[in-house]
Amino acid sequence: MITKPHVDWFALSPSLALLAAAGTLLMVAVLVPKRIRKPASAIVCGAGFVASLVFAILLDDKSPHGSAIIADAMFRDRWAATAQAIIAACGVVAVFISYGERWREEHVGEYYALLAAAGGGMIFFVSASNLMTLFLGLEWFSISLYIMCAIDIDLVGSLEAGLKYLIIGAVGSATLLFGSALVYGATGQLAFDKIGASPVSSHSGLLVAGLAMILAGLAFKVSAAPFHMWTPDAYQGAPTPVTAFMSSATKVAGLVVAYRILVTAFPHDQRLWTWGIAVIACASLAVGNIAALTQRNVKRMLAYSSVSHAGFMLIPIAAANALGGRALLYYLIPYCAMSLGAFAVVAARERELGEPVTLDNLSGFGWERPFFGIAMWTFMLGFLGFPLTGGFIGKFYAFAAAYQHGWWWLIVAGVLGTMVSAVYYLGVIRAMYMREAVEYRLAPAGGSPPRELMLGIAVSGCLVVTVGSFFAVTPLIDVARSAANALPF
Amino acid sequence: MNLSVTTIEIFLPVLGALVVWLAPMPRAWIGAFATLVAMLEVYVWISTLGRFDFSNSDLQLTQQTSWFSDLHVSYHVGQYAFSVWLVGLTTVVTACCIAYGWWVGRERARAYFGLMLFLLGAVVGVFTAQDLILFYAFFEAMLIPLYILVGVWGGPGRLGATLKFVVYTVAGSLLMLAAIVVYGLQQGTFDLTQMGASNNDWIFLGFAVAFAVKAPLFPFHGWLPDAYREAPPEVAALLSGVISKVAAYGFLRIAIAKFPGPTQDFRVPILVLASIGLVYGSLLAFRSPDIRGVIAYSSLAQMGLITLGLFAGNNLGSTGAVLQMVNHGLISGALFLMAGMIERRASTGELALLGGFARGRPALATTLMTTGVIALAVPLSSAFAGEFLILAGVFQQGWAWAVIGAGSIVLGAMYVLRLISAVLHDRVGSAVSEAAMDLRDAELGMVVPLIGCLLMLSASPNLISGHAFGGSLAFAATTTPSSAWLPGVGIPCNDAQQKYEIAHPNPGKSGTTVLPCTDGAQLRVVVSSSSGGAGKTVSFSWRPS
Repeated sequence: MITKPHVDWFALSPSLALLAAAGTLLMVAVLVPKRIRKPASAIVCGAGFVASLVFAILLDDKSPHGSAIIADAMFRDRWAATAQAIIAACGVVAVFISYGERWREEHVGEYYALLAAAGGGMIFFVSASNLMTLFLGLEWFSISLYIMCAIDIDLVGSLEAGLKYLIIGAVGSATLLFGSALVYGATGQLAFDKIGASPVSSHSGLLVAGLAMILAGLAFKVSAAPFHMWTPDAYQGAPTPVTAFMSSATKVAGLVVAYRILVTAFPHDQRLWTWGIAVIACASLAVGNIAALTQRNVKRMLAYSSVSHAGFMLIPIAAANALGGRALLYYLIPYCAMSLGAFAVVAARERELGEPVTLDNLSGFGWERPFFGIAMWTFMLGFLGFPLTGGFIGKFYAFAAAYQHGWWWLIVAGVLGTMVSAVYYLGVIRAMYMREAVEYRLAPAGGSPPRELMLGIAVSGCLVVTVGSFFAVTPLIDVARSAANALPF
Repeated sequence: MNLSVTTIEIFLPVLGALVVWLAPMPRAWIGAFATLVAMLEVYVWISTLGRFDFSNSDLQLTQQTSWFSDLHVSYHVGQYAFSVWLVGLTTVVTACCIAYGWWVGRERARAYFGLMLFLLGAVVGVFTAQDLILFYAFFEAMLIPLYILVGVWGGPGRLGATLKFVVYTVAGSLLMLAAIVVYGLQQGTFDLTQMGASNNDWIFLGFAVAFAVKAPLFPFHGWLPDAYREAPPEVAALLSGVISKVAAYGFLRIAIAKFPGPTQDFRVPILVLASIGLVYGSLLAFRSPDIRGVIAYSSLAQMGLITLGLFAGNNLGSTGAVLQMVNHGLISGALFLMAGMIERRASTGELALLGGFARGRPALATTLMTTGVIALAVPLSSAFAGEFLILAGVFQQGWAWAVIGAGSIVLGAMYVLRLISAVLHDRVGSAVSEAAMDLRDAELGMVVPLIGCLLMLSASPNLISGHAFGGSLAFAATTTPSSAWLPGVGIPCNDAQQKYEIAHPNPGKSGTTVLPCTDGAQLRVVVSSSSGGAGKTVSFSWRPS
């Protein structure tokens, strides 16, 4: 007889809230009259993310001691809950960014439904505790994202972006699945902690091959080099709000899960995977930063910058210590804010011009729109790791973690990558402020651009988090510390 | 919470910047408001002079609040005697520069004056930060306004100039960040007052390169000519007068004070580079075709001279370096502002097109002549006092350094006199029209305070040289190698401020204690237990703490 496991509904609530929102949104897409469909969809989707955020925070508060739940399929601990909160917050901001996008009216409900579903999938994914739920969560949010990339069929490149992401993403998923099968074959276990405890560990070729393939699969998702080939095309082609959400929330999900699975399931192979991660990190830093140098299209440049940041955030994972866990979770907070904010500003410019934003047609933007200009300036400096933004403290913690692991050369790699990145991040500021706007055709016909309250709110929120995380380090680090304590270092 | 006056000095201009950016204010008022804030800052600085105890070599006017505790990082600010003078230099020169910006009516006033005030706060922060992370934060925060100020309000070649400037500086400061992380984690704290000495050459080099780029020292000066030429004159004045001193301060406070061993090891290479910079900069200044080029390269030379003093490794050299930092800050600030004024009148800075400015323009002639004469270090000028101290200090390292330094003073006289004669005298240049006016009262109001400070220092260089290190060698004492354990039966206590770390005298025991010196007496270790002859003096190992 099959016994039904006890289901901890509260632990599932952040994910369920978004699923409920997604279901409701599909109804909204059909039942609500066309003229109020857009605000209604946005409100339902936003409410779903806010509810999910609240549940995640409550869950974080109520789960000081980590435990496996629902027949060991999921973890209920602070590591997952904190990541869930970050993802839900990204979702809220993404809703604000999406609102002003000129969707074809018939797709607006479906778009928000997919956004909620993708968020729910990521939130499910980060609490996965065995290989089955891991793959389930991965496919859940990936499929939603594939469609979202291609949803704006009027946009040049959107379909192409979706297709490329689909094909390469499928390869990534398949790799991860194959790896999972090999690990299961080697150990006979599905749950992460049981894999870690199994006696076969560390010298089995099957297990090591499985580990490598799981790593590669996750690296596809966080777009770390050399598994980043889809990133520039997908980021450039997808509608900007989708890019903003992908670049922030997907990274949180992928990195947090990668750290968890590595320290929980493969503690005996630590020497092996720390080196592997360090190599991937260096490769991402090199590829991302160097490729970004020559980009003129801002979204494509930010895509390469996100590759380099994936590399940067792999540094604390390679450190494999408690400080690294803290560094990763802390860094993700300002990183998400900067990434969402930067794409939001790009979206603002894109809506003004009606064409892709390049460094050339960004000129004069800083003076025309002082608030967006200052915000973009802050985000770029934050990516660069300048003080007065959380990016600086994040880099500082990442370096500290690497040093604690004894790998000063990883610090040098990070420093070199950041040096190169100065050129293109400051290039954006240069384009916005230091070129004369008159040289280029700027405003499209039709007068001054509409004021976008929603976009303004999203950017202000990101700005507050980016700058605030520099000053309020202690509370954020405390949260990250208690979350990292859930992992067995 | 009690605000220390240091905190007020840092955040008053930042607050002013926020008001400029956010408060609704008529455009015409902004310049006046910013100048007022800058003058208020000068007033606050003057008020600290009365409160500061210059006979005491300790950190004063401190404030400490925890920032993030898990890595022991805190907001910790305070001033040593020499920081007081550098903060003073910063406030005075910046006030004159902001007034200049107001006078010439910079466009986009809101952004411009906000950035200038923000820059002032950041520089004061660098001079007073006592926590490495805080130091780095201010150090980098300085770069943001500079980048925009040069890039937006600069000359035609500004884009290339800013790119070079930023790439050089960011490369240097990221090396410093890596050095800070490693050094801080080794020490278990980032508080400069608690961090012990380190002997790691790599960490030292990380700091040294960052400061060498910022100063700049030869061969890291690639960004200098473009940045100084393309920046608006008042920003160039800040760059060469104030920002370069940040680097010298960094050498003094961090690289030399915390890394006595590497300082010793790298002394000769650094002195060689400084000497090359000194001679090479002087020669380039002599051959430079425009006013700004002369001042820019003379700046390179002067930073070389200051570095000679800093790495002389004795109190004479350090004191001379501090005095010369203030001198050069005031001189190059005044010169760059005057270069701006001349360029406004002639529309060019090319020396070949200038000349004959002295005729009928007595105010301009007098101010430029006075500044020039002080700059070429005639005896009785404050620059002479500074250079003399530096040369006397570096002489103790080897007479050759002093010879190079003294030779460069001759070169200095050559380029300054060439500048003066090419601008003021000679035949009337083609760019100089009869209509070009003498300095207006407002312009005199910006330049005369700087010259006044120089004259005051010329009359009494002891104001700074006698009050830079609290009247004792305590600060310089940390420059002696503190790592080696020395055997002894008693430590000669020449210096009441010095503390010593003493190893446990029993061979089997480990552990150390830190003891302060009592004035005049020898520090001895006496057996206290009754078993083995109490009161007997024993030998032990010690090192300065």
